[in-house]
Amino acid sequence: MSVKTLPLVFINLGGEMLYILDQRLRATSTSEDNSEKGVWSENDRKRVMNDIVGTLFSKTFMDELLKPQQLYSHRTLKTVLTRLAHASIMRLNPASMDRLYELTIMAFKYQVFRCPRPKDLLLISYSHIDTIRELVKDTSVVVNQVDETHRKIIEVYSSLSEGEFQLLRQTLLIFFQDMHVRVSLFLKNQIQNPDGRFALPTSGPVPHGIVVPGLIRVFDSKGREVRRSEFPAGGSYSSPVREGSFELHGDRVISLGMNMYTVNHPEETHTSKGDGTPNPLAKEELNLLACLIGSLKAENMPRAEYGFRINLFTTDQEEEEEADGTSDGAEESMFGVINIQAMQDEQSAAELARITGQFAEEEEQHENPSGNKGDDLLAMMDDL
Amino acid sequence: MVMIFSSLRLTADHPLPFQQTAVFERELCKMYHKEKSIQIKNSASALYNNLSVLRIAPRRLTYFTVVHANVVNMVSASWDGLNYSHRQLQSKEPNVATSTSLIMQVAFCVLPSRDLLVVTSQKGIQIYESDGSIMVYWHALDTSDAPTAQAVFARGISAVWDNYICVGVSSGAILVFDVPSKGSNITLSEVLEEHKEPITDIASECSGSQECIADLVSADDGGNLCVWKSGKEFQLLNKIPGFDMSCSSVKLWKGIVVAGYGTGQIHLFEAVTGILHAEVNAHARWIYSLDIAPFSGLLLSAAEDSLVRVWHLTVTPETNSVEVAHLHNECVTDTQICGAKFCDGDGYAFAVTGYDLSEIIRYTQL
Repeated sequence: MSVKTLPLVFINLGGEMLYILDQRLRATSTSEDNSEKGVWSENDRKRVMNDIVGTLFSKTFMDELLKPQQLYSHRTLKTVLTRLAHASIMRLNPASMDRLYELTIMAFKYQVFRCPRPKDLLLISYSHIDTIRELVKDTSVVVNQVDETHRKIIEVYSSLSEGEFQLLRQTLLIFFQDMHVRVSLFLKNQIQNPDGRFALPTSGPVPHGIVVPGLIRVFDSKGREVRRSEFPAGGSYSSPVREGSFELHGDRVISLGMNMYTVNHPEETHTSKGDGTPNPLAKEELNLLACLIGSLKAENMPRAEYGFRINLFTTDQEEEEEADGTSDGAEESMFGVINIQAMQDEQSAAELARITGQFAEEEEQHENPSGNKGDDLLAMMDDL
Repeated sequence: MVMIFSSLRLTADHPLPFQQTAVFERELCKMYHKEKSIQIKNSASALYNNLSVLRIAPRRLTYFTVVHANVVNMVSASWDGLNYSHRQLQSKEPNVATSTSLIMQVAFCVLPSRDLLVVTSQKGIQIYESDGSIMVYWHALDTSDAPTAQAVFARGISAVWDNYICVGVSSGAILVFDVPSKGSNITLSEVLEEHKEPITDIASECSGSQECIADLVSADDGGNLCVWKSGKEFQLLNKIPGFDMSCSSVKLWKGIVVAGYGTGQIHLFEAVTGILHAEVNAHARWIYSLDIAPFSGLLLSAAEDSLVRVWHLTVTPETNSVEVAHLHNECVTDTQICGAKFCDGDGYAFAVTGYDLSEIIRYTQL
């Protein structure tokens, strides 16, 4: 359907991913200096943020996304987001990447679902950009990149009609269809029901440009109003609030797209049960990620190079488990012994290319005439 | 959640420039209750007018179709509620195994001689026998002259007169297909190029025997409406300009165009002259579906605000006036509704689909 989804998809999903990673990295840092091994310092956190934001908002990456094209499949999207997450020293294993992906998708699904007007997708995107700018505010080079991209997005999207935005939104809703992962933060805030469906209240302000329902007006052939009557609208709607700003800076007004994860309440994303039986919901949730990132065992690694293995290749994992003597399930694997950087490893890069080639062949759900959707993007990311 | 309203309303005395009127608005006591839902194989996608219904009286069956991404879910439901059978259709080119594309809309087209099922997608237009058993025609969309920055798709389906099926395209063009009374020799008869924005919906009345001045109306993403008279060469009778807001669903009844918009409003126009008869602030979000029960004048509206509303339209040709009365509300909790259709010409029953819902919800009058 819409050929203009990708830039907004990456800004919003990337933004949600950064909110979560930032919150986790702040929560696990217990010292400002680098005296403790296995702990993420303030500098480490900033470095990770700068690296990921710098990649996401690089001109080449954004230009690639801005080309008119169909939305990627979940598989391709997850691969690219994984590469993005690994743009820095931090590494996530597949299980934690899966959880992170589910979380970011559910957050974005909620925002798209509850978006008051289709055009407000832009306000949600700009909200994400605003917070991202805050995250990297100390590094002016990256801030400039963010600003440049933001200007480009304003230029490209400001002229779209409401109908085009609705088509974009419908494309995204089809992409998110049938995903009902329960997120405990959403359940707690009652924006999600226990069955995984999002709440849709019939109350509150109507979107900007819409009139509160309840009035019928009848006109004569000269256009003069001859009668008006009211009907019960069955909800408790109120007048719209002011419109958010579509400029580079400004009050976006709507709260969708703002950072829900606050450092002050890390318990929302902390494991509440330690090593005990996990809360079934925790599987779907950030707690797992908190465990995995926060508890690095990196005894033998050089200080600046700690990170997780990338468990992309099963053969390596088997070897590793044998050597290590521990063979827990994927949830518990917290190796930090060898840092495999797929971007620098020729053999791994070849593997990745082969795997990516497989994705293109298996693409059934979306149209992709050239068969290499996402490949160009991945190849280009290698050069960054 | 069910809300039923039947009451007398005395409206406020608004100081009107030409008349001072206080009007009793008697709401008729038509009430609906919820029936057993029909489960479908996949959930409904968030697309305009995402439900089509075909009533087959001789066989005491009703067919329902709902779009899920690149698949059409078809259910055949017996009137006694005992038998349901399901079928799925994929949108793809004939003889090309792996190509599928997202479907924009599916609709039954009832012609005097035959009933057909039309499926519109990003790639083209498929026409099936009404039970979905055989594809009788495929028309590929011409993507060569579309600017690459725009999405290409077909959307907007209506049967008109004796033998035409009209389908809209994202360029704004309307393809008119000439349909023989049987067989697959369907041909493209004409291309109507009036709209400049993607077609959203097309509707007709007076198929078959009746004579009408206008028998077709088309709507686009800019809210523009075109009124046509069908024939070997279709005639444009009127163009009603929009107000930069998408008209997502449109109906034609007794010479009145009923149009639903992204603003949640419904406008009623006289088709041939474009005179605005009535404006209803009907919903708090984008309207996704309208339907009219032609024998009773009942109007159904459904929107992303999770509400379905039933109205009653009265057209008085002598005084050239139109009345709109609100009758009933239904709320489908936490659901953005994408399809709503009456199941019969009197409006005795209606069915509803919602985004991410894997059921067709049904309501019948008490």
